[in-house]
Amino acid sequence: MVDKVLTANRLADGISVWLNAAGAWTESLQDAFVARHAEAVTALEAAGKQAFADNKVVDVNVIEIEEVDGVLRPLRLRERIRAEGPSIDYAAGYKGLHAEQTA
Amino acid sequence: MYRYDEFDHAFVSARVAQFRDQVERRLSGALAEDAFKPLRLMNGVYLQLHAYMLRVAIPYGTLSSRQMRMLAHIARKYDRGYGHFTTRQNIQYNWPRLSDTPAILDELASVEMHALQTSGNCIRNVTADHFAGAAADEVADPRPYAEILRQWSSVHPEFSFLPRKFKIAVTGAERDRAAIQVHDIGLHLKKNAAGDLGFAVYVGGGQGRTPLVAKKIRDFLPEEDLLSYTTAIMRVYNLHGRRDNKYKARIKILVHETGIEELTRQVEAEFVHLKDTELKLPDADVQAIAAYFAPPDLTERPEGWASLAAWKKADPEFARWVQQNVNPHKHPDYGSVTISLKPIGGIPGDATDVQMEAVADIAEEYAFDEIRVSHEQNLVLPHVALADLEAVYRALVAQGLATANAGLITDIIACPGLDYCALANARSITVAQDISNRFGSAERQAEIGELKIKISGCINACGHHHVGHIGLLGVEKKGAELYQITLGGSADENTSIGEIIGRGFEPEKVTDAVETIVDTYLGLRLSQDETFLDAYRRVGPQPFKDALYGNAQAAA
Ligand code: SF4
Repeated sequence: MVDKVLTANRLADGISVWLNAAGAWTESLQDAFVARHAEAVTALEAAGKQAFADNKVVDVNVIEIEEVDGVLRPLRLRERIRAEGPSIDYAAGYKGLHAEQTA
Repeated sequence: MYRYDEFDHAFVSARVAQFRDQVERRLSGALAEDAFKPLRLMNGVYLQLHAYMLRVAIPYGTLSSRQMRMLAHIARKYDRGYGHFTTRQNIQYNWPRLSDTPAILDELASVEMHALQTSGNCIRNVTADHFAGAAADEVADPRPYAEILRQWSSVHPEFSFLPRKFKIAVTGAERDRAAIQVHDIGLHLKKNAAGDLGFAVYVGGGQGRTPLVAKKIRDFLPEEDLLSYTTAIMRVYNLHGRRDNKYKARIKILVHETGIEELTRQVEAEFVHLKDTELKLPDADVQAIAAYFAPPDLTERPEGWASLAAWKKADPEFARWVQQNVNPHKHPDYGSVTISLKPIGGIPGDATDVQMEAVADIAEEYAFDEIRVSHEQNLVLPHVALADLEAVYRALVAQGLATANAGLITDIIACPGLDYCALANARSITVAQDISNRFGSAERQAEIGELKIKISGCINACGHHHVGHIGLLGVEKKGAELYQITLGGSADENTSIGEIIGRGFEPEKVTDAVETIVDTYLGLRLSQDETFLDAYRRVGPQPFKDALYGNAQAAA
């Protein structure tokens, strides 16, 4: 089975987040809980539904990843860009808001 | 510029208050996502890959320094210090928090701006020629009519839930700089033999997955019939548009399936009932709106001619910038300046808060407080005295805003693509940056001449790839990005849809492919005066196919 993680966007600020092993939403894919078998995926899906129903997150999805040298890497480019941010140097030099401040 | 009246102020404030309440209820959980999503979209709030996105309307791309400063302020206070100007003459912020959006809309309202009808199946921001009111070749300023259409279409009860979104563009010159033939309705303001103003009316143009050039259904519609005739078109569309299939719901499909003769008959039949109703535009009302758009007091500044010649002689880079980025103005002592948002290797359409403020300052000091956003993702100062060009240039250079590339190969349109957009299949910006770097030398760009490259990250075609002289469409193939190339598209008065040239190219090969196309053109053009588009129209795709794929079979 392909490894999977649960991702969503936080309701209040829209920032991309991933579910960690403690059941909290983290801004780093690397801290995500990895589901490696079917039951774990089912649990992820249930957690996602619940968090959506609780109005914590929106756009909830289970995505496929692989682990390369201990680093989690989504299979789809779209999800890699979501995890790492735009692949471009947007607004070079600007030290503005940081995602952590938006909790 | 148009100024809000009491009604406008009250209306926009009421909408912000309503949205604030909706956001609060959403955040408290009282409103579920399914109920909230259409409400936030009605206020311009999307959810993209990394965050929410707020699209702010800039009606017909016109704004004042005060408004531009507010856009900068919002970028700095609520976003990450920049904004993205779009092909719809709007601005998008990529990182606003949902919880901040009511405050942002409040701030926008304080300078007579909003985000209404920047999403949803309604009549969207009406776009216009970015040189409107200034261009030497203009018959009349199209913006009063765009404003009339804006007022008429704002929360129009009959047209707020159309089969699909609806885009109207207006131009007032023979040279079409507003791409009217790829809009749902395109209006070409002109004069008839008697000297009266009216419109050639085009309907059913559009890009997306089924690109179609609009058909002309009226050669001359009297000015007073603008709203009644537009209403007639909207009614026919609202009634017969394909609500059963999202991909067939735009008016272009209705025009295509119905046939232009039958559709014209239906529109004209509806128009008969509307012609003499309250929709008829009284001349006094048109004049009242037009007064808002009266040109500034352009005093004679003939001294600019001599100074300009001297400056050009002294500074070849300045000369190049004037040559490329200054457009002829109605008044001989003035010009319209294109401020390129396409620095070499930069992100097309992006501007930082500091840059926006600098443009606001320059406009205030030298350009009668007026700024435009072009659908080519640049900014424009419509009225600048030739005598002030050097000062304007120096101020722009200081902000990295004086790239002399308007209309050249590095003046690339690119949508946000997979770096931001939730619908994207591939990146656009990175490809634009690569191409821009490859062709960045001023000499090489001058040698190539006018060449418009347009890039979209998916078939929705926000990057107008179908009408690029060279168009690039990003697709996803086996999990990787691939770019399909079209050639020969154009969005001017001779609009054409580009033809797919052959199989697509991987990201690391697409710039080479563009270079091959450009080199092929340089090798076959009759003279330096034959532009890429002219050459392509003369020789067709084969030489380019041969150059790209070796032989015709490989291109199949
Ligand atoms: S063309 Fe596609 S990828 Fe680009 S902005 Fe539009 S929807 Fe997004």
